[in-house]
Amino acid sequence: MELFDLAALELGAKIRAREIGVEEAVRACLARMEEKEPQVHAFIRVTREQALRRAREVQRGIDEGVYTGPLAGVPMAVKDLISTRDVETTCASRMLEHYVPVFDATVMQKLQEAGAVCLGKTNMDEFAMGSTTESSYFGVTHNPWNLSRVPGGSSGGSAAAVAAREVFYALGSDTGGSIRQPASFCGVTGLKPTYGAVSRYGLLAYASSLDQIGPLAIDARDAAAVTRVIMGRDALDATSVDAPLPGMPEGDALSGLRVGVPEDYFGEGLDEQVRERVMGAARELQARGAQLVPVRMPELAYAIPAYYVLACAEASSNLSRYDGVKYGYRPKHFEDLHDLYLRSRSEGFGPEVKRRIMLGAFALSSGYYGAYYNKALQVKALIKRAFDRCFEQADLLITPAAPTTAYPLGSNTDDPIKMYLGDIYTVSVNMAGLPGLCFPCGFDEQGLPVGAQLIGPAFSEERLLRAAHAYQLHTPYHRQHPGEE
Amino acid sequence: MEINDAMVSYVAQLAYLKLDEDQRAQAAKDLARMIEYVGQLGELDTQGVEPMSHALPVVNVMREDEVRESMDREWILRNAPASKDGCFLVPKTVE
Repeated sequence: MELFDLAALELGAKIRAREIGVEEAVRACLARMEEKEPQVHAFIRVTREQALRRAREVQRGIDEGVYTGPLAGVPMAVKDLISTRDVETTCASRMLEHYVPVFDATVMQKLQEAGAVCLGKTNMDEFAMGSTTESSYFGVTHNPWNLSRVPGGSSGGSAAAVAAREVFYALGSDTGGSIRQPASFCGVTGLKPTYGAVSRYGLLAYASSLDQIGPLAIDARDAAAVTRVIMGRDALDATSVDAPLPGMPEGDALSGLRVGVPEDYFGEGLDEQVRERVMGAARELQARGAQLVPVRMPELAYAIPAYYVLACAEASSNLSRYDGVKYGYRPKHFEDLHDLYLRSRSEGFGPEVKRRIMLGAFALSSGYYGAYYNKALQVKALIKRAFDRCFEQADLLITPAAPTTAYPLGSNTDDPIKMYLGDIYTVSVNMAGLPGLCFPCGFDEQGLPVGAQLIGPAFSEERLLRAAHAYQLHTPYHRQHPGEE
Repeated sequence: MEINDAMVSYVAQLAYLKLDEDQRAQAAKDLARMIEYVGQLGELDTQGVEPMSHALPVVNVMREDEVRESMDREWILRNAPASKDGCFLVPKTVE
């Protein structure tokens, strides 16, 4: 079997069996990047020398029995808003072009303890604000399945890197769909864990009450393995909790599982082919013994406006730290302290970031707070209740992850609302703090991947992974990749 | 809701952003469009609904108040655009 037809756990097994060396695997990925990156541009930075050094270190660790985990030695990548010690972490922004963290994010530390070899930092929408990866200060990423299409966003680089098999898994972050939507557009498996399941220490914040780190992977088992490494309570993130680690998914039996199909997710605006493929996935789960139950979620229509108020409000507060004093961009010329703040921010942030900061500042301003911010928090409560209601009838829900497949680059940049509408199926999951998983469920007539989303109650990661794995045991889509040029 | 230039200037001031005339005109358009869009929240009856900040009931997370090693001063300053004598350097603020 060719190296790039393997999933991460399969490569990990071969590394442990000494069938392939860590350095050999890393060099193969680096060679693949040289071939793919000129077209795909999934990476902001490839850390070649560090990766080779680390590969030798991990090989020694494996030989000496220090690294015994299933992912030891497997090449991976990290979205460029997760702090990596001594490696630039830019958030794809001019603001942080030269920012070098002096510490590792907790997830990086955990992965290192598991023997991960990081090959670089992946591209994203600036400060994770976008659904296409086009707002990156460092250029756009192209969808490996069709280079004229967007990879999705904001974790578009991570999804594209895995889809192009430049690495075997990658970390992303998801504030309103930023793992699941690019997973859908790029045909990979992405998991946004329950809020609090994974420490956010070292994650550069966008909207702290919604942000969560998770894996973009080749299949559900790989996603489970990565999640098992990065989960857990962390004293450095007070919102993190001790959640039960999901077991590795085994087998294809789903008897007794009630899968809710919310009709509101299949209504107007959904592409016909996406609907068919996702319903096909639902029927496949049924064939494995699951029972399909119709459920309702009429509150869905209000999820996007509520989300944008909350996310932008939190962003306007979080991003106030970028003032040209402690870190980040500072202009050469300024008049006084006030002017230094103004110029640093105005020259350091891109247009979409400014747009969201402005909306957020408005929603939090005196006189409008009640009508917008507080109202959105009430809607958030209603959405949480609506999910609770659904989970009385169903163990998990199946929905599309995005209304369409990957659209052409440049087609959604003029009108912000048009892009925001693409987040309709994902944002409510973040507002309710729930886990959501996206897995590939076929292709449209243009050969672009379609993703289905599973949503479960808090801490039901194991259930979502088990259902996706059962599906993947009987379908080929997660195994398909764009292949050679 | 009409977003006039005074409103845009006020919000830009809150956000600490400097916008030129063209950017202010664009921002007025964007803000108006976004505010109109999120205004549909007003349709929803939320009488008596408690606003929810956090989805999980995690409150008052405490730890022991113990002395710990903090980060090296030199490290903290490593990313500073300008520093002097172990401090962040900013323009003079008091005459």
